[in-house]
Amino acid sequence: MRPWLVLLLLPALAGCDEMSRQPRDDVYRASPLFADGAAMQAPPPGAVARDAPAWDAALAERPPMTPALLARGRERYRIFCQPCHDASGSGHGIIPARGFPQPPDFNSERLRQASSQTFVDVIGHGHGVMFAYGDRVPPGDRWAIAAYIRALQLSQHAPAADLAAGDRARLEAPHGR
Amino acid sequence: MPQIFKPSADTWLRTFAAVAALGLIAAALFGAGVARSDWVTRAGWPVEQPVPFSHKHHVGDLGLDCRYCHSDVEEGRYAGLPSSHVCITCHSQLWTGAEVLEPVRASFAENRPIAWKRVAALPEYVYFDHHIHVARGVPCVECHGRIDEMPLTWRAKPLQMRFCIDCHRDPAPRLRPVNQVTRMDWTGWASDPANRGFGERAMRRFHIQPAKLTDCNVCHR
Ligand code: HEC
Ligand code: HEC
Ligand code: HEC
Ligand code: HEC
Ligand code: HEC
Ligand code: HEC
Repeated sequence: MRPWLVLLLLPALAGCDEMSRQPRDDVYRASPLFADGAAMQAPPPGAVARDAPAWDAALAERPPMTPALLARGRERYRIFCQPCHDASGSGHGIIPARGFPQPPDFNSERLRQASSQTFVDVIGHGHGVMFAYGDRVPPGDRWAIAAYIRALQLSQHAPAADLAAGDRARLEAPHGR
Repeated sequence: MPQIFKPSADTWLRTFAAVAALGLIAAALFGAGVARSDWVTRAGWPVEQPVPFSHKHHVGDLGLDCRYCHSDVEEGRYAGLPSSHVCITCHSQLWTGAEVLEPVRASFAENRPIAWKRVAALPEYVYFDHHIHVARGVPCVECHGRIDEMPLTWRAKPLQMRFCIDCHRDPAPRLRPVNQVTRMDWTGWASDPANRGFGERAMRRFHIQPAKLTDCNVCHR
């Protein structure tokens, strides 16, 4: 056997490469490339996102009220608002019970008169001690939550006369039915 | 010529060969055992974090939804870890003097991320995507366990290749309604007659084909 044939074994060394950690920067990882040591960088001041026009358009116009919009709103409300504002919108959620300032009742006269735009703005920019949720609730979902808050308000203030006959009968029946 | 080996040499040789063979088998079994042990996979080992964040408190007791903090889980490959802004939405008013929260306040004030230690990370040659699993109704608890009972987060499942493949071969019994993926406690769900055949219906509805889900290039791209 010729000694130089041993050289053919050299490529096998490639198998020793540790591939569990690869020289690339994944999101949320630390990175030596940037001054603050994070792989994810905030866009420089004044940058305009490519989808900014679509975002603004979605914010400007209220989408039509549909069952799908309400369902989405209910889901998002339960994730982001219920901990403080409570399932009924009364403001007696579990976080205020642990010492957070008491949020106002959505069924108060003032907030029932408020426009849906008000709710959308509060979600986007916050209000007093309530922080903004704009980073986690995109425009479409803000309108969906606003729509659901309308449904919550209606649920506490619907005139009995507006109910369908069957529902009306059940409402007026003695308790226990 | 004198005898080199005594008559007992043969016995010695046989004994030595037998012990060596047994030793090899034991070493192989031990190696395989170690490779699957919690010590290697880190399953069940709580991880010390810069802030002793408790899912038990925030999810179990306060009832927060996972998506309040891991808000990218439905759209993206990564679930994402919350920025300190998210913590401060509550901790601007709650536990404001607490020593344990000092790193969170400093991180918020100086706009510098908290360096959480990873708990469930995969090797980087594996591709994983949360969005597809969440959109098909694979609940968080299947892979992350009862997070709502963890005072400090630990890896609940081994997350080795066999764990992924076991489900990819037959996902049906582990699929759940898509709008309840963050629910933690599923006791009694599978035995409820109302849910009989749910998994099979979901498989048809989403056109899930287990035969293709075990191809190597699904996870190694
Ligand atoms: C961490 C607790 C908390 C969460 C979560 C929260 N809020 Fe609030 N919210 C408050 C508090 C407290 C106030 C009162 C703020 C004040 O007056 O300083 C408030 C006020 C409001 C107001 C009233 C503004 C006014 O004109 O008085 C609206 C509307 C509102 N929140 C909507 C929402 C919506 C929608 C969500 C979900 C996306 C939400 N909030 C989530 C605590 C919270
Ligand atoms: C109040 C915010 C919050 C909520 C709500 C929350 N988490 Fe977390 N989660 C965190 C933080 C902060 C970390 C990082 C620290 C740690 O690992 O404990 C984390 C870490 C994790 C990790 C480990 C990630 C890794 O690889 O390092 C998993 C898995 C996880 N969360 C799953 C969940 C699930 C499932 C839910 C819902 C049942 C949930 N979380 C709800 C804040 C939250
Ligand atoms: C929706 C409100 C809310 C959010 C968001 C939140 N917390 Fe809390 N946190 C609380 C409440 C309420 C308590 C007190 C629990 C109690 O009184 O039982 C608490 C307690 C704590 C404690 C100390 C008590 C303990 O033993 O757990 C730590 C540490 C903590 N939180 C860390 C965090 C971190 C880190 C984040 C961000 C990832 C975060 N919290 C986000 C509401 C919140
Ligand atoms: C099919 C299994 C599976 C399901 C279902 C799943 N995860 Fe994960 N999760 C993983 C794996 C694997 C990783 C590690 C990913 C990596 O390192 O690339 C991970 C990582 C994470 C992390 C760390 C940060 C990140 O994005 O890598 C968080 C937080 C998390 N998961 C939360 C959740 C939540 C919340 C849910 C439910 C809505 C969920 N996961 C559902 C398997 C799963
Ligand atoms: C409890 C069940 C379950 C577990 C555990 C699981 N998966 Fe999946 N996985 C699924 C289902 C269901 C799909 C969706 C298949 C479809 O829609 O065609 C999927 C899809 C995927 C896809 C996308 C396939 C494609 O065609 O784009 C990848 C990648 C993947 N899984 C990786 C993993 C990895 C890596 C793990 C282990 C950490 C894992 N999965 C664990 C159930 C699971
Ligand atoms: C469902 C996802 C999935 C599929 C499909 C898959 N793998 Fe893997 N594979 C993984 C994960 C996750 C790991 C990381 C295991 C660990 O961390 O121990 C892995 C690790 C490996 C490793 C390294 C093992 C080690 O212990 O270092 C090899 C080699 C491998 N896979 C080969 C394959 C081959 C060949 C196929 C096709 C037959 C395949 N894989 C299909 C998920 C997958």
